[in-house]
Amino acid sequence: MNRPTGARRAVDVVVIGAGHCGLAMSHALLQRSVDHMVIERGEVANAWRSERWDSLRLLTPNWMCRLPGQPYDGDDPDGFMHAADVAGFLARYAERMRAPLLTQTTVRRVVPRSGGYLVCTDRGDWHCRAVVLASGACSRPVVPRLSEQVPASVAQWTTRDYRRPAELGPGGVLVVGASATGLQLALEIQRSGRPVMLATGEHVRMPRSYRGRDVQWWLLASGVLDQRIEAMDDMARARRLPSPQLVGSDERTTLDLNALQREGVEVCGRLAAVRGTTALFSGSLHNVCALADLKMGRLLDVFDAWARAAGLEGDVDAARRFEPTTVAATPRLGCELGRDVHTIVWATGYRPDFSWLDLPVFDRRGELRHDRGIVDAPGVYVLGLPFLRRRKSSFIHGAEADVREIAAHLFAFLDAAANEGNRHSGGALC
Amino acid sequence: MTNPAPTPRADNGVNVDALLSARSALTDAPEGARFKWRATSQWLNGTHSRATVDGFFGLGGEQQHRRSFEFDTDHPEIFASADNGATPVEYVLVGLAGCLSAGIASVAQYRNIQLHSVRATLEAGMDLQGVLGIDDRVRNGFDGIKVHYEIDADATPEQIAALVAQSQKRSAVFDIVVNPTDVTVSASKA
Repeated sequence: MNRPTGARRAVDVVVIGAGHCGLAMSHALLQRSVDHMVIERGEVANAWRSERWDSLRLLTPNWMCRLPGQPYDGDDPDGFMHAADVAGFLARYAERMRAPLLTQTTVRRVVPRSGGYLVCTDRGDWHCRAVVLASGACSRPVVPRLSEQVPASVAQWTTRDYRRPAELGPGGVLVVGASATGLQLALEIQRSGRPVMLATGEHVRMPRSYRGRDVQWWLLASGVLDQRIEAMDDMARARRLPSPQLVGSDERTTLDLNALQREGVEVCGRLAAVRGTTALFSGSLHNVCALADLKMGRLLDVFDAWARAAGLEGDVDAARRFEPTTVAATPRLGCELGRDVHTIVWATGYRPDFSWLDLPVFDRRGELRHDRGIVDAPGVYVLGLPFLRRRKSSFIHGAEADVREIAAHLFAFLDAAANEGNRHSGGALC
Repeated sequence: MTNPAPTPRADNGVNVDALLSARSALTDAPEGARFKWRATSQWLNGTHSRATVDGFFGLGGEQQHRRSFEFDTDHPEIFASADNGATPVEYVLVGLAGCLSAGIASVAQYRNIQLHSVRATLEAGMDLQGVLGIDDRVRNGFDGIKVHYEIDADATPEQIAALVAQSQKRSAVFDIVVNPTDVTVSASKA
């Protein structure tokens, strides 16, 4: 399927990245017969294949894994896919729709060229009118600056390098970050016999199941996942929200700080500083736990109110509330690196990587300037970022609605560009 | 069809509109958000000092309080001092209470919650074996701070708990107390 390399080629649209968003966009472009190419640095679903830990499973049940023209095609709708299953699902999707794919090709630069953009790769350049950035929200692990203060005797891992507990040295492990990732890794590392401290800042607590249904069902059915970014008081804050503390497992267990503490994990405050060989934790643990408990309570209130209004009271189990998060009376405020802790795992989130995007589209903090996916450069679009347009934007099932709207904008842009081109020079690109 | 009754606006004496417009102005001009808070202190006698607060830097220039404020610090008589003022560690509690309560009022105003009374009780434990050098395993400072708020407001207990939690999340003094801060103390001969 790959075209010959070396020569300069032209298409209307280059899609960068063959994950679920890039493929969903390709599906929309194929339906409109728009000439395009999906350029992928590795294979389809590359990050799922090569940049995640072994035990990773989706936080959403299988029945929610659907893409435009592609419902869930397995026989376990309530199960949770492993990373390899997601890769297989996306590879089948790409194959079935015959997406024009150029794999094992790394985009080095995107620069403006008359009539559009030049996408420079390690296997030749591509001219295009429009570019869709679908390289993902989780390209670069974010590690706080204070990691530079950590003594060299302590091994440091990011969630991109980490695969399994057995790869870690013996001794205590400090997991930094209390999102889904941090909690999942803390649990499996603790169970491997290495005592774990979990540095916990603000977090999002959720039960796996509520009133007999999966919490993701509630989030979707009650409309929470369809909330639009423009309806949020503070768009930046909504987009920064960490992933909810969830794990996909056959037992459908709830993974929260209480569950971890029952397993022996020591929950500490946010990692505030490293001074010499001492790591200091914030004294705000009580409050971040109170915030998360209150927020979960409000979310369950939303579910209950919706269930009442929708007349579902008889179809679901009785409403209930959960135990508040247990916090030690005097939580630990510090630990000795090299003695209490021999390994630090940074589960402190990811950022997209647009370092190859050589366009004036970044704000003073270096973040991509875009209006709900429509980037501040004509014909450039971005997909798959957290809360891009809706709360579900970064979920697999969230791609469909976003792609529909962004593709509509892209089609109008291409039509306008074609008309403009016809008026002037016959539409030649290069 | 009749028009719905206007939503009653809570009035806690906080100008939320001014706070919000300051927030948006400082988002666009982050230089103006960089403040310097200042105090001077004059030792008087024994453990008695008097601190003065009048000017600070912010919004790109020097600013003045409406007037100078003075604060006497001393130690109590059981330490053989004259007790001319609260102890310095008590001022930490004063600052924490003032900051959290201001936050509660602001958040309540923003959330349209009418407050009727907000009463905080603060208690900090301290083992004097630290400051007296009796046991160097004991820290000088507080071993913990307990703050309790008793709030009468037109709100549910959950809404009141959320006010208090949000206030901590946005509190400068709470942050100063719970997180490490670099402190540099220099000296020169007068």
